[in-house]
Amino acid sequence: MSQALRTAEGGRIDRANPLGFSFDGRSYRGFAGDTLASALLANGVHLLARSFKYHRPRGLLTAGSDEPNALVELARDAARCTPNLRATQIELYEGLRARSQNRTPSLAFDLGAVNDRLAPLLPAGFYYKTFMWPKAAWKRLYEPSIRAMAGLGRAPTRPDPDRYAQRYAHCDVLVVGSGPAGLAAALAAAESGARVILCDEQAAFGGTLLAEDEARIEGGSAEAFRAASLATLAAAPRVRLLARTTAFGYFPHNMVGLAERITDHLAAPDPRLPRERLWQVRAREVVLATGAHERPLVFPENDRPGIMLAEAARVYLTRYGVRPGTRAVLATAHDGAYRTALALHRAGVEIAAIADLRGTAGGAWPAAARDAGLPVRLSTTILGTTGRRRVARVDLARLDADGRCGVVEPVPCDLLLMSGGFTPSVHLFSQSRGRLRFDDTLQAYLPDTPAERTHVAGACRGLVALADVLADGYAAGAAAAQAAGCNRAPSARPFPVTARESPAGGMLGALPGNRPGARAFVDFQNDVTAKDLALATREGFRSIEHIKRYTTTGMATDQGKSSNMNALGIVADALGSPIPAIGLTTFRMPYTPTSFGIFAGAARGDLFEPLRMTPMHAQAAALGAVFEDVGQWKRARYFPRAGEDMAAAVARECRAVRSACGLFDASTLGKIEIVGPDAATFLERLYVNAWHRLPSGRCRYGLLLREDGFIFDDGVIGRLATDRFHVTTTTGGIGRVLAMMEDYRQTEWPELDVWLTATTEQWAVLALQGPRAKDILAPLVEAVDLAAMTHMSLAEGRIAGVPLRLFRVSFTGEMGFEVNVPASAGAAVWEALMAAGAACGLTPYGTEAMHVLRAEKGYLVIGQDTDGTVSPDDAGLGRMVARGKPDFIGKRALEAMAARPAGGRQHLVGLLSETPAQVLEEGAQIVAETDGARLGHVTSAYYSPTLGRAIALAMVRDGRARLGERLRVALPEAPAREGHAVRVVAPVFYDPEGARLDG
Amino acid sequence: MDDLLARTAPLGIRPLPAMARFMLQARPATLAGVPLGIVLPPACRATEAGGRAALWLGPGAYLLRTTPADGPALAAALEQALAGQAHALVEVSDRLTALELAGEEAAAVLNAGCPLDLDLAACPVGFCARSVLGKAGILLWRTGAARFLLEIERSFTPYVHGFLAEAGREFGG
Amino acid sequence: MLLIHCPWCGPRAEIEFSYAGPAQLRRDGALEDLLYLRDNPKGRHEERWRHAHGCGQFFATARDTVSDFFLPPPVAKP
Repeated sequence: MSQALRTAEGGRIDRANPLGFSFDGRSYRGFAGDTLASALLANGVHLLARSFKYHRPRGLLTAGSDEPNALVELARDAARCTPNLRATQIELYEGLRARSQNRTPSLAFDLGAVNDRLAPLLPAGFYYKTFMWPKAAWKRLYEPSIRAMAGLGRAPTRPDPDRYAQRYAHCDVLVVGSGPAGLAAALAAAESGARVILCDEQAAFGGTLLAEDEARIEGGSAEAFRAASLATLAAAPRVRLLARTTAFGYFPHNMVGLAERITDHLAAPDPRLPRERLWQVRAREVVLATGAHERPLVFPENDRPGIMLAEAARVYLTRYGVRPGTRAVLATAHDGAYRTALALHRAGVEIAAIADLRGTAGGAWPAAARDAGLPVRLSTTILGTTGRRRVARVDLARLDADGRCGVVEPVPCDLLLMSGGFTPSVHLFSQSRGRLRFDDTLQAYLPDTPAERTHVAGACRGLVALADVLADGYAAGAAAAQAAGCNRAPSARPFPVTARESPAGGMLGALPGNRPGARAFVDFQNDVTAKDLALATREGFRSIEHIKRYTTTGMATDQGKSSNMNALGIVADALGSPIPAIGLTTFRMPYTPTSFGIFAGAARGDLFEPLRMTPMHAQAAALGAVFEDVGQWKRARYFPRAGEDMAAAVARECRAVRSACGLFDASTLGKIEIVGPDAATFLERLYVNAWHRLPSGRCRYGLLLREDGFIFDDGVIGRLATDRFHVTTTTGGIGRVLAMMEDYRQTEWPELDVWLTATTEQWAVLALQGPRAKDILAPLVEAVDLAAMTHMSLAEGRIAGVPLRLFRVSFTGEMGFEVNVPASAGAAVWEALMAAGAACGLTPYGTEAMHVLRAEKGYLVIGQDTDGTVSPDDAGLGRMVARGKPDFIGKRALEAMAARPAGGRQHLVGLLSETPAQVLEEGAQIVAETDGARLGHVTSAYYSPTLGRAIALAMVRDGRARLGERLRVALPEAPAREGHAVRVVAPVFYDPEGARLDG
Repeated sequence: MDDLLARTAPLGIRPLPAMARFMLQARPATLAGVPLGIVLPPACRATEAGGRAALWLGPGAYLLRTTPADGPALAAALEQALAGQAHALVEVSDRLTALELAGEEAAAVLNAGCPLDLDLAACPVGFCARSVLGKAGILLWRTGAARFLLEIERSFTPYVHGFLAEAGREFGG
Repeated sequence: MLLIHCPWCGPRAEIEFSYAGPAQLRRDGALEDLLYLRDNPKGRHEERWRHAHGCGQFFATARDTVSDFFLPPPVAKP
């Protein structure tokens, strides 16, 4: 039977557009404009969930984003699956499939309900006090069981196929919330000429106006006002309207995070659209018009399906055309419930009783309810309810003058509506670190002093009457626009309103007449009861921060929207303190849960990180190179031929370099062109070496320290002219070296005339290394006297028709050249060299072979053989530090180090395994054979094809004094003193005199 | 890599032809006093005339652009004008590649990854600035009400292309 | 994300900047202090930033470490 509880007409739903959907496998029908919640209600479905801890049957409490109970899982397909969505915020579409959560095997029959029986064992903080014996049982039984029963929702197991977008936006005035205050604020700001963004978490703008069927604004209906306002705003060119967009976080300097839901409400979304978008809005001024949340009442068994907030019931009726029940009891301390009772009564719902906790109810709405003949019972409290899967009966009792309960008066019903009053929503204001103050009259925390450029308007700052709210919003919008620098003032707008007097009232805390043994729920989502809070105070918790964390009240995904204030009231009673003395915990983002996707945005897959390739990447790929990641770069690691594994390829590449010639792509190394009359002085002050007397056309290996005297970076530096140097850095170090150089240039030595230009990507670098290098290069270069180029020289000329900077340098120990050409020519020059070198056996080699070859020579790799704690002397480079330099970075620290007693520092040494083929592992610990003392670690370890044995470099304590000594290297299969035996040698294994550099 | 480039959407993402580029740096006073044959712009602006453009990068730092054919002439003219004055002129023609982003949604697409305020009031035609786009650095120059020129470090070009194409997909890419 | 006022470029998003340590480090004291000891004030902190993805300039400014607000205008001299 479909939609038994739908009214015949009315509501904002589109009755001409029926939709089919399913919940827990059963099919239902609804209308376009329904939420999943309203559609289920219309079909008489009240049982929607099982609670987190006790697995109690639960239904809808609210009609909005503050819903704590009705969390469902929505799945479009196996991959598009989202748990923990509030049914009240899910817009219905054709074919929607939703599932309940936290129940096995079904909502109706849930095994987890045993927890409800075990409730006395499971109070707040039970896991600190129970399930402790026997100890072993915790790990094997208790914890797994508790974990299995805890948690909310099932995480999807497939990757998220949807796309998520992000956008940075700027505006003069951001208005959060499009109820009457927000709409008015946006109108005022727009008229002032401001750039305005208006956002609302709902699909339709208007907030409470969407259910306002009684008040008249400016002579017309609320709906007419709403529609006209939106038309004005939509037509304004500098106004952006964002519906389905939640302002979830207020960040420093007026940045507000918005989560926009773009396609979730569509049956068949266009695949080009992102599913959601993160807006990072920087607003000059923010207007918060975030409204207020209705509070439930805290009485025993107040959580059954069919028990909901009074205003929510009125919204279901007015907006969605749904009668939430057939026979209703209303329990209230606030006049608003009477408005709901009248509306339900008019719609044919039987009003069995209106139980008012107050002794008098003199407002306009109670009077109207009495006039309509509705049964009002003053000074009446609720002792409990019955009904397992839906409320069936409410037990009322009169309160006498001393607050004692009279005899129980049971009232059958299928709907119990409660209203404890309204809590201004101060989440975002609190997130912005604005100060709140407790208002005694309103019994509410209100925004007081903002920390950011924030304006607050309407119900979120305690205003209730519609006329006041509209005027307040308009004033806030105008003030915000003014503060943002818009000089135009908006026209005066008095917003005349005809409406019944606004409802008043409210209470905080638990109802009198708490039955022992019965549970009155405060935080519905985390199953926190009034007893839990009382228990916390009895156990000595005083601070609200402790009570919150101990009981977990306010810590669920709804962040206490419907529970915080009642919790405070209960704690205040228990401690005998006024509420302001208890305090209020800070709200944190997100206001409501967001997807992970919006924070990832486009940074996934190909676009997770820039993939940087050199100008010769395609050539390497065509040659079958296997690439490795070096930071963001792809570098060719080795070039396997048919049937070769890495070891075989590397062996062949190394042999080729040492016997003929190899070709290596060195483009990723950092390059900086340092220019100016003080360029040499600048380098003198930076690097440990001397530079003034380096002639043009010569290079030097530069060592760069930090002020603590440790090696920071290194690289060959060539002098092109008196005032021009070509500086190289490590691939990974270019960023920090450039930053450090600019720091000193700008702040320490602003008197120097020197400027830095990054040129890493200007030049493609092709390294020719091997005895045949000169032969291969000679025919190709023009305007360079290759024969005259000795080791560590540089020249400018041309090669293959393009400009050339040629360095004669070697990182392999063989004769070597580094061919620098403009990046756009890199590929062509690679091809030219390969062709020219074919006859000589020119062999492309990758980073692996490069590492082996340089290790055979003992050449350092910064960041591998050094770790930021290695001084020049530690690395055996002490002689590189130029003497007599007045100052350079690290000089003071080096002097301090030298002044300390000698001994104890680690030195760079070589290691030869006693088993020649035993390749050590980088990072392996080195220990003394005698006593197992830890002496250092292996920094680089390879099999050397040149030597036919394993080699390694290592940092060892007093290494240079241990040459010839036998040490042990700990490896997983051979720990500590049983580790592999090695001999300490000088850190150079091949051609220690460097004779091969000349070919 | 090719996959990224193939995603270029018809929202007007267009690689631009090769240019001659130079970084010119000197003390601002030096540059102010010397007739350079090219008007140097104020902070966060670009100027162009006769096919040559100058983009402000920082105090006393400019990126100069011209056609490859004109490059040597520009460099020579600058060296002559600044002869005897401390300065740095470095060719960076190949370091950067340029692309043009045009269309009604160009600013929105850029704001998918760039935090600059691209409203015409804050970023008028002629505005230029270095910023970030997602995880890449860019130099952005507004050359029209709905047109931007981006200078990108060479190896970041496929990523920037891919990023813009992805951001432009919802606008009909 | 903070909004930082670069003396040359105006207000820009924090993501364009890198933090450059405390301002006015004393070089005339003990080396260990210069290298390793830093004040951690609750309140006004004199510090430097670099507009790394912008004009590249270093500048000094003051920030309240409690509120994260930058205190009166940055000085162009580092």
